[in-house]
Amino acid sequence: METLFSQQFLVEGGDFRNAGNASTQIKTILKQIGIPGEVIRRVAIAAYEAEMNMVMYAKRGVMTLRIEPMKVEISVEDEGPGIEDIELAMQEGYSTASPEIREMGFGAGMGLPNIKKNSDEFSIASTVGKGTQLSIRIRNRVVQSE
Amino acid sequence: MKTYSSSVYVNVEKCNGRMMCMRICPTEAIRVRNGKAELIVEQCIDCGECIKVCPNRAIIPATDSFSDLSHFKHTVAIPSPVLYGQFGRDVTPEMIQGALLKLGFNEVADITGACEAVSLAIREHLENYTLRKPLISSFCPTIVRLIQVKYPDLAELVVPFESPKEIVAREVKAQRSKELGFKEDEIGAIYLTPCPSKMIDIKLHPRKEKSFIDGAISIAEIYSSVVALMAEMRNVTPPEVSMNNVSGIGLEWTMLGGQTASLQMENSLAVDGLKNVIRAFEDIENGRLRDIDYIECHSCPEGCIGGSLTVENPYVSRSNLIGLMKRYGDEPKRSREEIQGLYNKKFFFTERRLPVTPRQRLDENITKAIEKMRKKDAIYRNLPQINCGCCGAPNCGAFAEDVVQGVAQITDCIFIYQERLKATGQEMLRLLNKKPGYIKD
Ligand SMILES: Nc1ncnc2c1ncn2[C@@H]1O[C@H](COP(=O)(O)OP(=O)(O)OP(=O)(O)O)[C@@H](O)[C@H]1O
Ligand code: SF4
Ligand SMILES: [Mg+2]
Repeated sequence: METLFSQQFLVEGGDFRNAGNASTQIKTILKQIGIPGEVIRRVAIAAYEAEMNMVMYAKRGVMTLRIEPMKVEISVEDEGPGIEDIELAMQEGYSTASPEIREMGFGAGMGLPNIKKNSDEFSIASTVGKGTQLSIRIRNRVVQSE
Repeated sequence: MKTYSSSVYVNVEKCNGRMMCMRICPTEAIRVRNGKAELIVEQCIDCGECIKVCPNRAIIPATDSFSDLSHFKHTVAIPSPVLYGQFGRDVTPEMIQGALLKLGFNEVADITGACEAVSLAIREHLENYTLRKPLISSFCPTIVRLIQVKYPDLAELVVPFESPKEIVAREVKAQRSKELGFKEDEIGAIYLTPCPSKMIDIKLHPRKEKSFIDGAISIAEIYSSVVALMAEMRNVTPPEVSMNNVSGIGLEWTMLGGQTASLQMENSLAVDGLKNVIRAFEDIENGRLRDIDYIECHSCPEGCIGGSLTVENPYVSRSNLIGLMKRYGDEPKRSREEIQGLYNKKFFFTERRLPVTPRQRLDENITKAIEKMRKKDAIYRNLPQINCGCCGAPNCGAFAEDVVQGVAQITDCIFIYQERLKATGQEMLRLLNKKPGYIKD
């Protein structure tokens, strides 16, 4: 499908100070375009959880926002340790977060399940030692049929 | 009374375009054109930051003045509890109320009792509430405007309660018209305000048909008269005041943490300063803070005691108010049953839900908005991205948007202007050096 708008955002692993900036920028773009609130809400939660996972676990990564006539897509690609057992990682409550990260209010093991819950199509792939990729798609009709 | 759509305006004579307001404005609602500040009214959330920062005092809060009140038959001053903390530890609310009567008000209505009642009612509401959380306090109009304009998705979280000042004005008017035989519109309820934001809330009243308050006078404006009158009265017995049942709990209301303290709830946050509130709102949108029940937000640092129309340093005000709270004690004026009864009778609720007026869209038409977003992005990439402000916009991003929206020209950026000039100059040089064909080499 035709891409109406796209933009990339770089995310640095371990950079908690700027954590959340990419998701905030994505939200601002969607609001400026006039995407409906309930769609933005779902994109925001998914993008934020994906961004935080990169900050917490990966070395660095790229988030790409793509707006198409029928959907909003966030794709995420990081360089990092990867996930050994994806099925396990997708389970609610499973987390390998360090005690420090738990102190900060993360590490409930709800991020990936929440991403999935908020997207209409979701896929995850990972190579141990290399990195993780997510594709998050949320349906949204931008172009009205004439 | 005057009509306003914004809480501040620019005095063009005084403004000499120093851009401090433009740089501080949290919603990028100020531009400098032809050397003067201009306000984009729809984007203004009435926070008063520009008033505080202007070195020339060229940004004027659009409050009323005392002389505007002559056409009422009965005037009631409704002081923000902030006023009680402006004069020092030994000055009691009764003395201040006495000075206000001397100043010419027919009556002074204290709102600390209503503040107490509203905070207890919030606790009641939280116990009955089972939907999306956290609930957001709704008593700083700037924060409410911020939600309407920039965070429309959070509007459903705003506590649907009327502010204490409105409740008091409503009750006083009903009572006095019965007792004194005046029509309600012959009674003027005048709020003594710590900020221009409360004033605009009275004028625009987004959640009701009409405000019960008729005007607002800045605390800074009456400050010196009150001081002088209190000095005069020192040797006389203070005049009687109509409602001197000040609540110790209610005195805390205007200070950071005052609402959450009286709620006695562990799962609540108190946030001050627009930057911090914005951060909290981003967190809520991102799905965080779901385990928090209530979040109290103040646009001003330290709460309303830090409002732009106050006189005393907020930390001194806080200490003064804490002194007063000790004097009045922390015994609630109303029992829990009484509050529950009022809550069930909808005594505290606003008439309407909060309407949203998102101002961020680049275009009503989504296809056009996307087109504009692309153009904006392309323009932005070519700008120096140093946010110098010489174009009259607060940063390169806002400037790119202005260009796309047709309210600024790309050559307003001095760097682009210079580039264009250079290109034109080079072209001129080339033409000058070009030999016409009939001249032989
Ligand atoms: N980008 C990633 N790179 C490497 N490992 C990851 C990545 N994302 C998730 N994981 C692994 O999957 C686990 C589950 O992730 P999930 O986001 O569901 O929970 P969490 O991040 O541990 O906690 P929460 O998201 O609730 O703060 C993580 O603990 C981590 O081990
Ligand atoms: S915190 Fe209080 S004083 Fe400041 S803008 Fe809000 S309502 Fe006004
Ligand atoms: Mg996570």
